Amino acid sequence: MQFMLLFSRQGKLRLQKWYVPLSDKEKKKITRELVQTVLARKPKMCSFLEWRDLKIVYKRYASLYFCCAIEDQDNELITLEIIHRYVELLDKYFGSVCELDIIFNFEKAYFILDEFLLGGEAQETSKKNVLKAIEQADLLQEVRPGPALAKQNVPLFVTV
Amino acid sequence: MPAVSKGDGMRGLAVFISDIRNCKSKEAEIKRINKELANIRSKFKGDKALDGYSKKKYVCKLLFIFLLGHDIDFGHMEAVNLLSSNKYTEKQIGYLFISVLVNSNSELIRLINNAIKNDLSSRNPTFMCLALHCIANVGSREMAEAFAGEIPRILVAGDTMDSVKQSAALCLLRLYKTSPDLVLMGEWTSRVVHLLNDQHMGVVTAAISLITCLSQKNPDEFKTCVSLAVSRLSRIVSSASTDLQDYTYYFVPAPWLSCKLLRLLQCYPPPEDGAVKGRLVECLETILNKAQEPPKSKKVQHSNAKNAILFEAISLIIHYDSEPNLLVRACNQLGQFLQHRETNLRYLALESMCTLASSEFSHEAVKTHIETVINALKTERDVSVRQRAADLLYAMCDRSNAKQIVAEMLSYLETADYSIREEMVLKVAILAEKYAVDYSWYVDTILNLIRIAGDYVSEEVWYRVIQIVINRDDVQGYAAKTVFEALQAPACHENMVKVGGYILGEFGNLIAGDPRSSPLVQFNLLHSKFHLCSVPTRALLLSAYIKFINLFPETKSTIQEVLRSDSQIRNSDVELQQRAVEYLKLSSIASTDVLATVLEEMPPFPERESSILAKLKKKKGPGAVSVNELEEGKREAGELNGGGERGGDSSAISTPSPSADLLGLRAGHPVTAAAPSAGSLLVDVFSETGFIHYGRLMLLIFLRTHERTITKPVPFLAVPACLSASHTLLSLALRFVCKNNGVLFENQLLQIGIKSEYRQNLGRIYLFYGNKTSVQFVTFTTTLNVQSKPVEPLIEGGAQVQQVINIECLTDFSDAPLLNIKFRYGGALQNLTLKLPVTINKFFQPTEMASHDFFQRWKQLSQPQQEAQKIFKASHAMDTEVLKAKLLGLGMALLENVDPNPENFVCAGVIQSKAQQVGSLLRLEPNAQAQMYRLTVRSSKDTVSKRLCELLAEQF
Repeated sequence: MQFMLLFSRQGKLRLQKWYVPLSDKEKKKITRELVQTVLARKPKMCSFLEWRDLKIVYKRYASLYFCCAIEDQDNELITLEIIHRYVELLDKYFGSVCELDIIFNFEKAYFILDEFLLGGEAQETSKKNVLKAIEQADLLQEVRPGPALAKQNVPLFVTV
Repeated sequence: MPAVSKGDGMRGLAVFISDIRNCKSKEAEIKRINKELANIRSKFKGDKALDGYSKKKYVCKLLFIFLLGHDIDFGHMEAVNLLSSNKYTEKQIGYLFISVLVNSNSELIRLINNAIKNDLSSRNPTFMCLALHCIANVGSREMAEAFAGEIPRILVAGDTMDSVKQSAALCLLRLYKTSPDLVLMGEWTSRVVHLLNDQHMGVVTAAISLITCLSQKNPDEFKTCVSLAVSRLSRIVSSASTDLQDYTYYFVPAPWLSCKLLRLLQCYPPPEDGAVKGRLVECLETILNKAQEPPKSKKVQHSNAKNAILFEAISLIIHYDSEPNLLVRACNQLGQFLQHRETNLRYLALESMCTLASSEFSHEAVKTHIETVINALKTERDVSVRQRAADLLYAMCDRSNAKQIVAEMLSYLETADYSIREEMVLKVAILAEKYAVDYSWYVDTILNLIRIAGDYVSEEVWYRVIQIVINRDDVQGYAAKTVFEALQAPACHENMVKVGGYILGEFGNLIAGDPRSSPLVQFNLLHSKFHLCSVPTRALLLSAYIKFINLFPETKSTIQEVLRSDSQIRNSDVELQQRAVEYLKLSSIASTDVLATVLEEMPPFPERESSILAKLKKKKGPGAVSVNELEEGKREAGELNGGGERGGDSSAISTPSPSADLLGLRAGHPVTAAAPSAGSLLVDVFSETGFIHYGRLMLLIFLRTHERTITKPVPFLAVPACLSASHTLLSLALRFVCKNNGVLFENQLLQIGIKSEYRQNLGRIYLFYGNKTSVQFVTFTTTLNVQSKPVEPLIEGGAQVQQVINIECLTDFSDAPLLNIKFRYGGALQNLTLKLPVTINKFFQPTEMASHDFFQRWKQLSQPQQEAQKIFKASHAMDTEVLKAKLLGLGMALLENVDPNPENFVCAGVIQSKAQQVGSLLRLEPNAQAQMYRLTVRSSKDTVSKRLCELLAEQF
């Protein structure tokens, strides 16, 4: 995977992770172009598209778009499930995650991502193991997590 | 609206984020950010030492501001300080900042690397992971230099924790991608490969990405991974859906690992060991079988994970391309997906089938789905899916279904999305050509293309149809009739006018018998489009008109009148005006015979790869068009070109160039022996079409020159074409003014290399004649209009012979010696005349002198005829180093610190000839702003100044 972007329906970037070295200018250009392209697509369209010499895999969860750029030989469907597993991890960690959680705790979103994907490749696909690593880190903080506040945002993910 | 749910509650950060979110406008947001930045700056600069928590909070705020899209140019040092904190969260934020805002400041990098080193050796797995994550996120060369040696050790050490191993594997992968030269696996190779056997699935999942990447680069060293991967895969595939506990994803056992294993196997050919291969085939069959089983869950995640493995398995089957049974099963499976309700699956099935279509085992099976694919092209609502369908139709096309597929693609073109039209046009053009059985169908198809999507028909496409019509006389009459009809449409595309003009100009006579398309009707039809066309098309039409005068003498007076009209002969466009003037004169002074020779039908084009195929390949990027396909295209294009009955002129050396465009506009049109590689430019004299054959062009140029001496100069005529033509001949030798060695000439048969050395007034030239063919050249002779030693009369195929020419400069000169080469190749006599690149400057002796001397001598050479000056536009980039190198190559001494203006160059030298020595001084003044040069040469002999100036004006 070359990069992953999370952005809102309004086109606001919520998280960006780059696995290839690019200049800030180039990153901004890519982001602008892709956000525009993906937002212009209709709901029932397929989740894959060709873009430059890369393949874009994206999926929308409530108000957030998760968008990955993979290379030609990479597998689209498994990338779609990478996105889903990441959403599950966020959901489990924050407890019914919504966009606000990611805005206010962006650093946590990064830490979880780093446990799951490293250098653009799946590092640990077990949900339990990833969350265990994050929770251990939380224990090291000495400060106990505060109680979850009332959410006013739509959960990204509905667990049945 | 504070919403901190977890974490250590950096309250200040949450408040700040809330503030930003509450901003009503962009301006308000920027104001709030600037306020915060000022606050953070003052805190960082303040006297009071900040505690870790505050530092962490401010660094985090900076990070947030950066992620909003603002530039951050401070805070790096504070982040680096956090790295050495004992508090995990502080360290963690420090690393995050470093990873997101990578900085190239070397002092910082040293500090960061130090902190990482400490954490790596801390033996605290959490800290080690943080450090490894940071290396993997930054992945810079400096980090590779510092840690590429250490990380493999961590990866394979027996006491390393699993989580650390996982991070180490992917960290190493990232470093390998940035700096492969620094990551040396060597002794670790076998232990890394054995990570595939690790008990911990997470370790295998991480390590396999590293192994795959390394295998791609060093397949031999890692080939033991194949059998390990097969047995691992086999264990996963045969496990029950609950065996792998948390590595089972929606009832699919280890989908990520399975995909990665199948991907790794695609780096290798099928296993040679029968047992391993059998086990693998079994796995692949199981995967195909599972696709037919009822789903264990209705969730899309279940089917996605399952199908991800299936598609990866199909990729492997296609990669092996050796198991007909599996290939056909794969194809049937994909066929089912073509009608699946999930758009994603339809998309992937179309994509995957495209590669199956190129396998001989499954090509026929793919073809059975033609109706479904055509239907997809018509009904899919998503353009990216339609694109895949078009790609697949293209891939499954062969002689049996070409007509149907081309017809469907043409009708789709009428409504196709603009974004894919050009590619569709190219594909239709290629298929029509490749599978044409009768060429009237081909001509119809291309004309339809122009009619439906004229704007998207590139030059290559319409050049190609002309090339094919010219090479096949059985289709010429039909083509003339069809373009004539097409041109009658009230609104027809300019590309149609181009093709029509060209074809009627060449073959209009074939339909002139019918009174409905009599010569005058044809001409009037073409001319009715003239005013709506752009300059290049008009230029082409003018060439068509002069061809008409030759084909149909009865149109002469009408056409002459058109050419004579002010709108032509005084046209503000130089090219049009020139053509009008010259064609008018040609038609009035040349005899019918001369006219017939000059304007004869174009000879067939040489065989070469279809340039449209090359264009499609370029457009789609390498890999989009398989090699097979290209070669096939080439072969078939060859048939097409060679198919014409008329043979080429046997004494002509044609110079087909593989990348050339169709009509040889940019290279390699059939060109007679005089100066083959100059041919392209010469044809450019007539630009755009290459409508008039080069050999005859020379005749025309002769006529033009001749004409100019007997008639008054024509008003407004800018650059006489004859001048630009001879200039081209000259420029061949001009390439060697500033250098002594290189390739003097090259065509399909022969390459002539040159090496030369000069001392005083003597020179020695070594010519190397290389036979590029496999057939010998016999009776090889060269004659020079000065004396030379005879050359070996026979050159074996693939061999090279050498000829030495000794040169003495008797006096100054301006004409280079001519070298005439004759030989027989396969019975045909080849004849070639070249200018030897011997120019006066080769006999320069450099003279060093001080500033004072230089200017004194400069003043001494002050008679007007001793000086030659030229002001000219730069034709290359004005790079000082390149200029210096060129001036040194000229043979004079380049004098430093002489000219008061450091931008200028001055040189001094003496030309040594037997008769006399000619001292010369040179000054070159570049004007970078205007991209111009002023060149001044002063010599004791006026002809030398003039000649040097001429030679040099072409060099910069």
